[in-house]
Amino acid sequence: MAYINVAEGVPGIRSLVLFRPETGKHLYDLAQVLLRGPSPLSEAEREIIAAYVSNRNNCKFCTYSHAAAARALLGAEEQLMDDVLNDTDTAEISGKMKALLNIAGKVQILGTEVKPEDIEAARKEGANDLDIHDTVLIAATFSMYNRYVDGLASLTPPDRSDYVDMGKRLAEKGYAVPQPPSKSETAKN
Amino acid sequence: MAHIDLLNEQPGIRGPMAYSPETAKPLNELAEILLRTGNSTLTKGDRELIGAYVSYLNDCFFCQSVHGAMAGHYMECNIEQIENIKKDFMAADLSDKMKSLLTVAASVQKGGKYVTNEQIEDAKAKGATDKEIHDTVLIAAAFCMFNRYVDGLATWAPTDTAFYVNRAPMRAADGYIGSVSVK
Repeated sequence: MAYINVAEGVPGIRSLVLFRPETGKHLYDLAQVLLRGPSPLSEAEREIIAAYVSNRNNCKFCTYSHAAAARALLGAEEQLMDDVLNDTDTAEISGKMKALLNIAGKVQILGTEVKPEDIEAARKEGANDLDIHDTVLIAATFSMYNRYVDGLASLTPPDRSDYVDMGKRLAEKGYAVPQPPSKSETAKN
Repeated sequence: MAHIDLLNEQPGIRGPMAYSPETAKPLNELAEILLRTGNSTLTKGDRELIGAYVSYLNDCFFCQSVHGAMAGHYMECNIEQIENIKKDFMAADLSDKMKSLLTVAASVQKGGKYVTNEQIEDAKAKGATDKEIHDTVLIAAAFCMFNRYVDGLATWAPTDTAFYVNRAPMRAADGYIGSVSVK
């Protein structure tokens, strides 16, 4: 059970945003601009970075939900998401993505862990300043979301299959601020 | 020198924020609500102190200097006193509630799962409300983001503490929205 009195049955960050909509709005706006706004990285690549960092932070809710979003965006290549989570070295992703995931992994540990050689390696694989900026900020941002979700012990559905619909919705509609359940839905429950 | 060309000379987080105004907007709006407005029963000093303390634990010089100076401004104490609180808050002249909330914040800094039921129960026993616990966790989590953004891009930071102390009253008056001048 969550540490604070959030709506029952609402999973993860959605329950926290309904508890505190004032901060929730900006958290969702940030996710939308960062993961769906203009970027040299594709939406799928950005979701892969988000899931990769969340997995390193051991945050099951964020890992499963963003991996599901990445799979939905990857379509026929959905296996790539699992390959990255298993082993970035052997996954059939570009050299540039591998170098950016290396930077994201360093950011996950701490900002000061990112060294000039990590940046150089990414540049050699074709990453530009914006690729690097967006990677660092996505990794930093998920170091927040992961702590928020787990630090308040929010509800985490246990199975990967629980997240498939969520992933499709995130792929199709992006990050819209959750709204409280309507009265009719409440009556049904 | 920063890892990327930010196309401006602004210090700390304001460099990448000016470089990427689209993402700066929700980041500053979040900071504004968490630290200044947002109908919180935690004082501005309490909230800045949580930010400064987490930034200290994350070894982020720019953020702990800015927010340490802000905390000192609101709490009406000097920067040496803030330094002492960061090093040992349990020995500081703070309420039991704030000490229990700083304990929660320290766990969040390590990782969300480090927060324990006992820590939460202790905070509630010391009078912390659900909203105060929520805001503490989110402030601590948000600084784990801000700190990584600042240091992950190796932004520059003035080394003189006076720079931060002198700016604190202006930032306190003006807030975080609009803190970044975009060229």
